[in-house]
Amino acid sequence: MASSGRPLDLDPRGVTPPHVTRGPRLHRRAIDSLGGWRSDGAARWVFIWPSVVIILFLSIFPLVASLTLSFSKLVFAKGRIEVDFVGLQNFQILLFGTERTHLLGLLKPPTPLGWVVFGLGAALVARTLLTSLTRSRVRPIGAVLRVAGAVALSGLLWLVIQTLFSEGGRPGSLVVTIVYVLAGILVQFLLGLGLAILAVQPLRGRRFFRVVFLLPLTITPIGVGYMFRMMTDTGKGPLEPVFGLLGMGQFTWVTDPWAARIAVIIGDAWQWTPFVFIVLLAALEGLDQEIREAAFVDGASHWQIFRHITIPAILPVSTTIVLIRLIEGFKIVDMPNILTGGGPGTATQSLTLQAYLDWRTLNLGRSAAIAYILLLLVTVIATAYVGWARGRIRRI
Amino acid sequence: MANPLRRRSPLDISPGAKVVSYVLLVFWAFVVLFPLYWLAITSLKLPIDVDKGPYYLPFVDFQPTLAAWRNILIDLGNDTLRPYMNTVVVGLSSAVIALVMGAAAAYALVRFTYRPRIGLIALGAVCVAGAYGAVLAGVPWQVAVVSGVAVFALLAQGIARRFRRTLANDDIAFWLISQRILPPIAVVIPLYVLFQQVGLLDTQLALVMTYVATNLPIVVWLMRDYFAALPIELEEAAAVDGASVYRIVRSVVLPIAVPGLVATFLITLIFAWNEYLIALILSSAKAQTMPLLVAAQDATRGPQWWAMSVLVLIMIVPVIVMAIVLERYISRGILVGAVKG
Repeated sequence: MASSGRPLDLDPRGVTPPHVTRGPRLHRRAIDSLGGWRSDGAARWVFIWPSVVIILFLSIFPLVASLTLSFSKLVFAKGRIEVDFVGLQNFQILLFGTERTHLLGLLKPPTPLGWVVFGLGAALVARTLLTSLTRSRVRPIGAVLRVAGAVALSGLLWLVIQTLFSEGGRPGSLVVTIVYVLAGILVQFLLGLGLAILAVQPLRGRRFFRVVFLLPLTITPIGVGYMFRMMTDTGKGPLEPVFGLLGMGQFTWVTDPWAARIAVIIGDAWQWTPFVFIVLLAALEGLDQEIREAAFVDGASHWQIFRHITIPAILPVSTTIVLIRLIEGFKIVDMPNILTGGGPGTATQSLTLQAYLDWRTLNLGRSAAIAYILLLLVTVIATAYVGWARGRIRRI
Repeated sequence: MANPLRRRSPLDISPGAKVVSYVLLVFWAFVVLFPLYWLAITSLKLPIDVDKGPYYLPFVDFQPTLAAWRNILIDLGNDTLRPYMNTVVVGLSSAVIALVMGAAAAYALVRFTYRPRIGLIALGAVCVAGAYGAVLAGVPWQVAVVSGVAVFALLAQGIARRFRRTLANDDIAFWLISQRILPPIAVVIPLYVLFQQVGLLDTQLALVMTYVATNLPIVVWLMRDYFAALPIELEEAAAVDGASVYRIVRSVVLPIAVPGLVATFLITLIFAWNEYLIALILSSAKAQTMPLLVAAQDATRGPQWWAMSVLVLIMIVPVIVMAIVLERYISRGILVGAVKG
């Protein structure tokens, strides 16, 4: 992981205003010598320890306990429950045994298009890996981890290609989750950014729009799930005339896998776009208006101001919000559970929903194993994303 | 301002663009509001009106009734009020605590440099694993925890000093956010055991603690970006004038970080307000929250759409009021003129 532990480094992530980071070194030293507040001994610890302690306290035990659970099996003996250690059996069933198609899907050789997509994706991964290895000094451990990450990402891509871009292949819950996350982030981020840009314009009634746009986020996810079940009901739902017009009167979402998945993605986007919206809105409102007016006076066009002033300024918070939506999106469960019940078959099941269903039938070991597969997957993807995003932010 | 299309600043968009903006804004407002309208009229319907097909307009399509509202608010009044108060108390207190702690940590991660030693962290992990193994082997957990801490303290003094490799602020931040990766489904049973051992099951305190812990990483990450975007000159000026770090944070940083603080507070509040699975496991009767009540409307007789609609509507009212009150603080102008060369 890239680190900058030099005491004179004002901001390790290089997102302080350009005139600070790019200023002459002497200037930095001068600031540091008078910035005594930044080495206040007590404050350093008072500020960060409460957070670290409560997270340690409430995360370490569950983390270790569920790892133990993933290696074990509950046995219901007379009057009590035994936890038997079964080694890797849960993982073996999921990855190679009877649950393989459920989790990974039906793997078939890719079509020519699939090969092309895989080639492009693998080339991109390889290029990013090479830049990250050559850009800065990398310790041996860092290099090994990066290569391992690149291999894991390529493997994941290969799995996606085999299930989605192949004759007769079918995605399992893992690939479906990835589809939800990627489509969700794309839709939510673009919509949220667009709405935030619209809502910072000095238009009349913008306060009304801002509060209205926030509404979907305020509803409990379960409530949103049921609401979308009403919306997507082709017989009794409010959109019945629309469905009728499209000749879908007898259609139920639960019969077509992709229609059901798209319904889940739409519901998810409806709920979470406001999250992107409000975070970017606050970031846009925090921008220094004078810099942009100065640029305008100097003859910059709206597009140039947006491209060269606004985007760099909101880039850090944008990468953060994508990371948060990435992590949260992988845990999607309420929307598919309530909207489609995971059907048709298991077509709309996400990883967390699969874990939830196992959990409901008290198969706690397998549920924990799925959760750990998810943890591993998201850790690899999030680490790769953070490394990539840091590189981007530095270069702009 | 008589004409809404008039330009007031050179940065204002052209009248044509304004019209397009309004069209888009109204379109999305419709997308957001239509499902809510449906929810509102569903709450006024009798089961038979919901069942017989889409009716859109009260008094025209169907005869509205307050039966569902009366049932939830009066007949079952006490069963609604208790979860409601729990949600308010748990949501507000966990959001405030998470915001205070998280903002402090975020500021520290932006302005201070931390270098936690890898050796110490590894030692801590070994001690935790040892204590956990001891508990599995049958040692009482109190003994295991105390001896684990003691071993850590002893070894930290001696051995860990030899390891010089350190991590940086970025690594701390990534560790924090990584604590949100594991889905709640995997942590609820261990959490249940944890709170059972300390006798806090079915209390508001257990929920507040859990929500603070789960929402802290999001607060830290969002506030880190908002703080990093602030001009450091203001803090330097205050430091030159002799202000302490606490004073700088209180009087300089927090006032200009208000838009970010408000946005983050709203998000944290909403997350805690609406959380379902953890509340399901950690609370039964006393500390039950509203999402459980919503889910309970789809129990044995199929979804009770009308009751569900009422519950969702009364649940979002306080959040909307708070959003309306706080929205004015997410606005420009606080920074304008603060930094002059």
